[in-house]
Amino acid sequence: MSRAAGIAVLLALCCGCGGDGGGVTLRFWAMGREGEVVRELLPEFERENPGLRVEVQQIPWTAAHEKLLTAHVGEATPDVAQLGNTWLSEFVALDAIAPLDARIAASATIDPADHFPGIWDTNVIEGRLYGVPWYVDTRVLFYRRDLLAAAGHPDPPADWEEWRAAMRDVVAGGGGARRYGILLPLNEWPPTVILGLQAGSPLLDVERGYGAFAQPEFRRAFDFYLSLFRDGLAPPVSNNEIANLYQEFARGTFAMYITGPWNLGEFQRRLPAELQDAWATAPLPGPEPGVPGVSLAGGSSLVIFKDSPHADAAWKLIEFLSRPQQQARFYELTGDLPAHKTAWETTGIADDPRARAFRTQLEHVVSTPKLPEWEQIATRVFERGETAVRGASTPQEALEALDRDVARMLEKRRWLAEKGRRP
Amino acid sequence: MRSPLTKRSPLTKRSPLTKRSPLTKRSPLEKRQLRAAAWFLAPALLLLLVFFFLPVIAGLLLGLTDFDIYAIGSPGNARFVGVENYARLLSNDVFWRSLGNTLFFVALGGPLSVAVSLGTAMLVDAKLTRLRPLFRTIYFAPVVTTLVSVAIIWRYLYHPRYGLLNHVLGLVGVGPIDWLGDPHWAMPAIVLLAVWKNFGYNMLIFVAGLQAVPAELYEAAAIDGAGGWRRFRHITLPGLAPTFLFVGVTTMIGYFQVFAEPYVMTQGGPLGSTRSVVLFMYEEGFRWWRIGTASATAVVLLLITLAGALLQFRLQKERA
Repeated sequence: MSRAAGIAVLLALCCGCGGDGGGVTLRFWAMGREGEVVRELLPEFERENPGLRVEVQQIPWTAAHEKLLTAHVGEATPDVAQLGNTWLSEFVALDAIAPLDARIAASATIDPADHFPGIWDTNVIEGRLYGVPWYVDTRVLFYRRDLLAAAGHPDPPADWEEWRAAMRDVVAGGGGARRYGILLPLNEWPPTVILGLQAGSPLLDVERGYGAFAQPEFRRAFDFYLSLFRDGLAPPVSNNEIANLYQEFARGTFAMYITGPWNLGEFQRRLPAELQDAWATAPLPGPEPGVPGVSLAGGSSLVIFKDSPHADAAWKLIEFLSRPQQQARFYELTGDLPAHKTAWETTGIADDPRARAFRTQLEHVVSTPKLPEWEQIATRVFERGETAVRGASTPQEALEALDRDVARMLEKRRWLAEKGRRP
Repeated sequence: MRSPLTKRSPLTKRSPLTKRSPLTKRSPLEKRQLRAAAWFLAPALLLLLVFFFLPVIAGLLLGLTDFDIYAIGSPGNARFVGVENYARLLSNDVFWRSLGNTLFFVALGGPLSVAVSLGTAMLVDAKLTRLRPLFRTIYFAPVVTTLVSVAIIWRYLYHPRYGLLNHVLGLVGVGPIDWLGDPHWAMPAIVLLAVWKNFGYNMLIFVAGLQAVPAELYEAAAIDGAGGWRRFRHITLPGLAPTFLFVGVTTMIGYFQVFAEPYVMTQGGPLGSTRSVVLFMYEEGFRWWRIGTASATAVVLLLITLAGALLQFRLQKERA
C-alpha cells in the first residue's frame, strides 16, 4: 500500500516538473471531426504565441454533452471548448461559461457585423454574449429539380401555396408509381418547428414559462403541416421506416427534403452519377409571397469556461480561429460552413450554386428558445405531432397537450423566477 | 452433511460467552489479533463506506428532491419534494414502457441464458469431449471481450440487407428482418446478443457445480436402468440446486440492470422499444439532468430486484 502510494507521489512529482518551463498550456475540447482537424490549424497559433501551447481533446458528439456536464460538476472543465449553440443556455444556467461582451468590445479581430445576425443572436443569452460562432449550420430545401420541372415547376417554390402546388403536381405526375412531394420524418422536430417559426410563433413564452403552441401562429403552421399528410403529399413515416434515404430520393419516392449542409457531401457521394445534375437546394419557402422563409440557426460556438485560469490566452485562440483565413482553412478541412462572411467569398463556396442556398438562408435564421429545457421540449413536439398526424388526437388536442407538457417541464423555471433567482 | 454440524456443536454451546462483556474478558493475545484484524479490515470497510453506503444514502435522499440542472448551478435551487418523484415516475408512460421492456428482457433472456449456460456446461463437462480447456476458453471469450467492439460485429450480423443472419434466414426462405430497426424485433435481437455475451460466465459456474455431483450416483442410476433424461432430471438438476440459486439470482440482478447492450446497439430505439429501466435512469440523470427522478428510478429498480431475489430464495427453500 505504502509503496504504491510512494510511486503515485513520485509520478505526480514527475508530471509536475515535466512541464514546459513557465509556458501556458491551453486545454481545448472540440467535438467529432472538428476536434480531429483543428489540430492542423494550431501550429501557426503556437508559432505566433511563443509560450502558449494548445492541447486538443477530441470528444465524440454522442458523449460530448455528458462529458462537459460531468466535467463541470467535477471541476475539470477545459479552458476553451466548442459548444453546439443550442447548448449555450444550459451552460449559462450552470454558470459554467464566461460572458464575452467586454472582450468583443475591445477586440480588433472579431466584428459582429462580419457574422450572420441570426447565428450571432444564438450566443446572446439574456442580453449577454457567451460564445463566438465558429461554424454555422441551418436547414434548407433539397429537391429533385427534374421531378419538379416535369411537374411544371422549373423554379423552386417561394411560398407555402407554391410549395403545396409543387408537391401536388409531383404526386399527380407520378403515374403508376407511388410518389410523395416531400419527406417530413415523424421523429424529427425541425420541420414542425421551422414551419412554426416561419408563421411567426415564438414557440414558448419564455418570460412567463409556458408553451405557446396552441396560439394561432403555431396552429396555422401545424395545420399546414398536417394537411400535407392528410392530402397524401407527405408519407406518414419516421426515419426508421425509410431504410435508405438516398436510395428513396434517387428513386423519386419523394421529391423534397428539409435538411442541412452535412447532406451536401452525402448526396454527392450516395446518389447515382446520372442524378448528380438532377438535385438542387433552395432557401425554404415562406408563408406569404415575397417574405423569405426562416430556418433554424444552428452551428457551433467557441466558449471560455469560468474556471479557466488562462482566459486571456483562451480568448487569443478564439480570435485566431475567427480570422477569415483560418475560417477558410477550416472550411477546406471540414466542409463546415464558415461563420465569418468574408470566408464565404475567399473560399469560393459562395459560387457553388448548392451552397448558395445556405448563404441566402443564413441571412434568415432564427434561434430556437434559449433555455436548457428546449431539447426536451423539442422531442415532445414531434411525439405530440405524430399523434395528430396519425389521427389519434385532433390538432387542437395535440397542441394543448403539448402546452401542458411544456408547462410541467418549465415549472422549475417559474418557481425560480418567482423567487427572484435567475433561472 | 451431519458431521460439520456435530463438530460445530461445542461452539454453539459456548454461546453464553457473549453475555460477558467481550472486550474485558479477552486475553491480550485476542485483543492484539482483533486490533490487527481491524487494521486489515479498515481499508476495505472504508472503501465500502465511501463508495457504496454513502452513494446509496445520497441516492435515497436525492430521490426526495428535485435536484436538476439549476441545482447543479446553485444547490439552493433544489427543493425537497418528498415522494413526488415517485408519483411522477408512476404516471410516466416512458417509465412503464421501459419497465415492460426490462421485464421482457429478464423473462426471455434470463431463462434462455441459464439454459444455454447449463447446456454448454454439460457439453464441456461430458466425458466424451476432447479439448475441454479449448472449448471452455472459446465459450468464455465473449464474457471478457469489450462490448463496444462486439456490438460493432453484431450490428453487421443484424444488418437488414448485408447481415449474415438475414442471409442465413434467406437460405431457408425466411424474409429479411430489420433486426434493430423494427420495434418488434429489436428487443429479441438485444436478448440474443446479451445471452451470447454472458452465458460463458454462468457456464463456468455450472461446470464447477457439475463436478461436485458424485459420479457414483450416475453409475448407480445407470445400473438401475435410468436413461439419460432421467439421470439429468433426478441427479443433475437436484445436484445443481444451490448452483441454480446462485446463477438464477445473479443473472436476474444482472439482467434487470441491462444498460450497455441497448445503449451501444440502439440507444433505446426504435420507438423506445429497447429502452431499459437503467437506460431510462441514465437519460433522466445524465441527458436531462433530473437527478431527483433518476435517483427515484434507482430506488424503484432496487426494490424490484430485491423482490425478485427474495422470490427466488423462497422458491428454492420450498423446493428443498
